[in-house]
Amino acid sequence: MAYFDNSATTRPDEEVLSSFVEANRRFFANPASIHGKGREAEALLERCRDQIRSLVGSHDAEVIFTSGGTEANNLAVIGFAYALQSRGSHIITTAIEHPSVLNACHFLERNGFEVDYLPVDEQGRISLEQLAKLVRKETTVVSIMHVNNEIGTIQPIEQAVEIVHQNSRAIFHSDCVQSFGKLPVKLHASGPDAITVSAHKINGLKNSGVLMMKKGMTPSPINFGGGQEKGVRSGTVSVPNAVAAAKAMRLSAVNQENETYRKWRNDLIQFVNQFEGVQVIASHCGAPHIVSLAFSKIKGEVAVNYFQENGIYLSTSSACSSKSSNAGHVIEAIHLKQEYKFGVVRISFGKDNTDEEIKKFETVFSAFMKLLGRDLK
Amino acid sequence: MEWNELLIRYGELSLKGRNRNTFVRRLKKNIQLAMRDLPTVKLQAERDRMFLHASDHDDMREAIERLPSIFGIQSFSPVAKCQAELEAIKAKALDVIASVETTGKTFKVEIKRSDKSFPLVTGELQQEIGGHVLRHFPDLGVKMKKPDIQLLVDIRSDGAFLTAATYKGAGGMPVGSNGHSLLMLSGGIDSPVAGYLMMKRGVSLDAIHFASPPFTSEMAQKKVMDLAERLGTFGADIRLHIIPFTELQQAIVKQVPNNLSMTTTRRIMLEIADKVRGEIGAMGIVTGESLGQVASQTLDSMTAINAVTSTPVLRPLIASDKLEIIDIAQRIGTYDISIRPFEDCCTIFTPSNPKTKPRLEKVTHYESYFDFAPLIEEAIAKRTVINQAAKQPTDFDDLL
Repeated sequence: MAYFDNSATTRPDEEVLSSFVEANRRFFANPASIHGKGREAEALLERCRDQIRSLVGSHDAEVIFTSGGTEANNLAVIGFAYALQSRGSHIITTAIEHPSVLNACHFLERNGFEVDYLPVDEQGRISLEQLAKLVRKETTVVSIMHVNNEIGTIQPIEQAVEIVHQNSRAIFHSDCVQSFGKLPVKLHASGPDAITVSAHKINGLKNSGVLMMKKGMTPSPINFGGGQEKGVRSGTVSVPNAVAAAKAMRLSAVNQENETYRKWRNDLIQFVNQFEGVQVIASHCGAPHIVSLAFSKIKGEVAVNYFQENGIYLSTSSACSSKSSNAGHVIEAIHLKQEYKFGVVRISFGKDNTDEEIKKFETVFSAFMKLLGRDLK
Repeated sequence: MEWNELLIRYGELSLKGRNRNTFVRRLKKNIQLAMRDLPTVKLQAERDRMFLHASDHDDMREAIERLPSIFGIQSFSPVAKCQAELEAIKAKALDVIASVETTGKTFKVEIKRSDKSFPLVTGELQQEIGGHVLRHFPDLGVKMKKPDIQLLVDIRSDGAFLTAATYKGAGGMPVGSNGHSLLMLSGGIDSPVAGYLMMKRGVSLDAIHFASPPFTSEMAQKKVMDLAERLGTFGADIRLHIIPFTELQQAIVKQVPNNLSMTTTRRIMLEIADKVRGEIGAMGIVTGESLGQVASQTLDSMTAINAVTSTPVLRPLIASDKLEIIDIAQRIGTYDISIRPFEDCCTIFTPSNPKTKPRLEKVTHYESYFDFAPLIEEAIAKRTVINQAAKQPTDFDDLL
């Protein structure tokens, strides 16, 4: 089996699993308890935070553990919008964000906030000029994802941050769920103010995410309870989950596969471009681990099924939207030609993949093209 | 903008005559310590300035963020390097100016031709570079005296070095250049600020804390450890001495009338601090006392308490208001730690109505009925010493 759906989720690393089990055995106490066991759990929790801080190049960032990328994105967008309401109520995001950002913005719109959605070009890139035009004094939150989960486009985050910081006091949040471990993700002065990471995309566990922000920045809470995590995210903190997340982040940050991914991606793009009736999306500005293809005149699902029959697992753009009937907000936003719209599939690499699997993909791809009666250019 | 080096200017060091070398060496060591986890950072100290190089741009950015908290630095400027060749200098000048705010600002070009073989002379260079910059930044004005932006171009044999922005340093003197003292660290808001201010004047510190187990918790102790660690980020690491104080407190409550027990408690604490100070070879004792803030900090109380030693007791906050102290605490990041709600030794045995004007004769009279010396010796012998550097628990490493 060749599993090329690593942007949907990854297989947990054995070391992460054993740390998770071990932490559950040894440090099960509530880190908010004042007795020794609780102190021990809290000390471990703080070590996890420190490790995560150092991985994003910060020594004093706020690190909040959440139930995953979705909650972290919700907390950043809604939490900062409300926390900064006295300054304004204007939000900027892009048309191709993950639903956990887009739907949070829709919620804000229903509650009196104004949201601008930046359009993207056919590669999925935002325009910095347009961003500069939209930013104003009342802008409080700008949320722009680092790497798109469906088509892999990398956004020019640093330049966007510079524009936003020069023209407003807005918080710049970036959803880095797809980029962490694949591209440099840092919380530097010149970088985003807040970032989201999800553990299960980097061989960690599901239901585990992190929202990080620069020191002193505090979103309003969006859930209510005992005021854990400095009052920002109530609920007993799962120390074992934090351990697993910190470990997965460390392992992915040192992973050496990115060069391999880049090579595979280039090879595949070159290979696929030989054929008629198929095109590569975001070929020039995509993340190394995602190849997004569009077949003309067939549905992506057909390709996924054919490849699965041959032991290769792909995905129709994003697993989150693959069951719905329209082409999806990302595909609509990049204005793909009508005949390609419904034929998008995503190949996403992970650390278990091998050169042989790439070769196998090419063989199956050729057979598929032959079956469809499509020739070499 | 990606910078090649940082030009660091010394603070008062330049006034210090023959001791200057010691100060510079100390500053270099402190900067190295603060950057120890940034592998590509290299320092090159000269008589009146220091250069920080980092080949990795992330390291450079991190260095720029850390420098402002290191004492002994007057200011620093990020420097960009290019070939000592006119077109390259002109191009670089635009990058450098683009990195600073230009709207409505005035500027001038300053040339230093260390490499005299450079074909153009200073005046020609000024005109060439200044004109080029003005063409690209039309909202910039020119002013020869006190311009907002000074574009400095230093032409050396190994390249041209350009800088336009100067950031303020923390001032003060390098920690460790002005001797070593013992800080009485309670866990409250004031004492960490007192420690910070002494560090600013170049004093390195050990800290002493009094604990009353089993009445005070580990969390109170952790709080003090965190305070010491936080202070450590402004200079050298701070070693912490934790004195078990319960038996002494119980003896004091038994021997000394209620309204004077606080004075005796402070006297014994100071005596213990003085003995520890002697052992570690420190010169002064630092406290966070602020005149009139509480009963033990009136002039009368201080007279009665201070009588146990002739060691200089340094009280940098003596004339500061509480709100001024809180401001500093917030700025240096000790406030959030200080307000954690744990009982410390002072709050447990505190009498409800301590005297604000204790008389020394009375205090010594009551104290004379009991020999505190053996308990004092025992408390000092049983103290826990915590080294910041060695403190990091390693037993989690297998998990992470």
